Amino acid sequence: MSWRPSCQLEALRLRADILASTRCFFSERSVLEVDTPVLSQSTVTDLHLASISAQVDLPFQSGSHQMFLQTSPEFSMKRLLAAGSGPIYQTAKSFRDGESGKRHNPEFTMLEWYRPGFGLLELMSEVTDYIAVVASLESPDIITYQQAFQQYLDINPHLIDSEALCQLAKDKTGISGDDFSRDDCLDLLLTHCIESKLGYERPVFVTDYPASQASLANIKEVDGVLLAQRFELYANGLELANGYDELVDADEQLCRFEADNKARQADGLPEIPIDYHLVEALRSGMPRCSGVALGLDRLQMVMQNTSSIDEVIAFPIGRA
Amino acid sequence: MANYSTNEFKSGVKVMLEGDPCAMLEVEFVKPGKGQAFSRVKLRNLRTGRVWERTFKSGESLEGADVIDLDMEYLYSDGEFWHFMLTDGSFEQFGADETAVGDTKLWLKEQVVYGVTLYNGAPLSVIPPNFVDLEVVETDPGLKGDTAQGGTKPATFTTGAVVNVPLFVNIGEVLKIDTRTGEYVSRAKG
Repeated sequence: MSWRPSCQLEALRLRADILASTRCFFSERSVLEVDTPVLSQSTVTDLHLASISAQVDLPFQSGSHQMFLQTSPEFSMKRLLAAGSGPIYQTAKSFRDGESGKRHNPEFTMLEWYRPGFGLLELMSEVTDYIAVVASLESPDIITYQQAFQQYLDINPHLIDSEALCQLAKDKTGISGDDFSRDDCLDLLLTHCIESKLGYERPVFVTDYPASQASLANIKEVDGVLLAQRFELYANGLELANGYDELVDADEQLCRFEADNKARQADGLPEIPIDYHLVEALRSGMPRCSGVALGLDRLQMVMQNTSSIDEVIAFPIGRA
Repeated sequence: MANYSTNEFKSGVKVMLEGDPCAMLEVEFVKPGKGQAFSRVKLRNLRTGRVWERTFKSGESLEGADVIDLDMEYLYSDGEFWHFMLTDGSFEQFGADETAVGDTKLWLKEQVVYGVTLYNGAPLSVIPPNFVDLEVVETDPGLKGDTAQGGTKPATFTTGAVVNVPLFVNIGEVLKIDTRTGEYVSRAKG
């Protein structure tokens, strides 16, 4: 009966508990809850994130214009940071087109928070506290991206030559075709050979991603290798959270937007109107900060020990 | 045949892969938060029965396979082909070769209905019902008084299949066999 929720009523109660304890957690730490728009004139430019767009009509404006459902509340929250909000968080409905499966629903709930003055390690420590308080999860181990690849595949993901990497990706995953970028191959190996083994005994932070996967994180150089100051949190083989030492340089941000749009064009994807509100906000001076986005549905999947997102939300896309 | 792109993938879809018709068993959407999306698919190669795991980039497509599953009654074998007839009243007949019949050969009994998979109009594989009743043509003499308890002995059936059966079984008896495990179930009823 598809009018019924796909999850048990128990899951609805657990969701209510998670939201209540999340509010309590941040309130005790004086992190301000904010509420930013889901619908916006711009959106992310990432090659592998697709936004759902909507046609919007407004009075006294000729014609409807295209707006986007946010893939995360990141841009709006950064504008608040630049406006002097101090530490902020929100749980936001977020949307990603084309993502649907056992672990994905096109509409999902993201908990996102920003900590001016925090480095990545301080933020990881706060994430550790959060998952302990809200989900009774143990303190995570920390491994680098390189260590993960070395442990499970015996390769150095930063130094392996591209041909050998591509061959390994094909051998391990049975993928067909040839036109794979380095990052495609790394993603393939990560999802097929590593992810599903991460975070079973206790959660694990993976740190120091290749600079090519920096997205909106700062980049550092270690022993001649460029690394993104970014972490991901895994539990029960599920990717739960993604944190950045946030990029605050307006020019660099604009460059990355433009580079993304070039890559999109090359891939036959639509160009995305650049969010100049964000660029201007950065230019006016955003405080150095770290931020993290945590999938609340995924966290609840870990708490319920289920591998299906349908078990933690009332109406997945097929019943929405 | 139509092409299937990754967003049309689901279990049951039949496609051509490396020259062989395959049926999708499981389809999983895989994507790291910021990374490339993939479709991870388990397929059964309908020619060999082997299960393959393959991954496709989102947006790729595969050619559909002209494959259809039909119910057919087994008629007879001429030594080279095993002949089946559609049960839809059309009386249309198909000859399956040795590769298509495969291990099902051991469970073929006249007038029993089998699942026949046609590929480009010709039988590709034959699937037996879960249970068939077969007659014992050879086994050691039955031990009187030995009923459900005790050991087993090999028995050969009309089809050539050899199955371990209870000691009390005699030549000429008709027994119910589970074709999935190749094991004795009971004496046939009626």
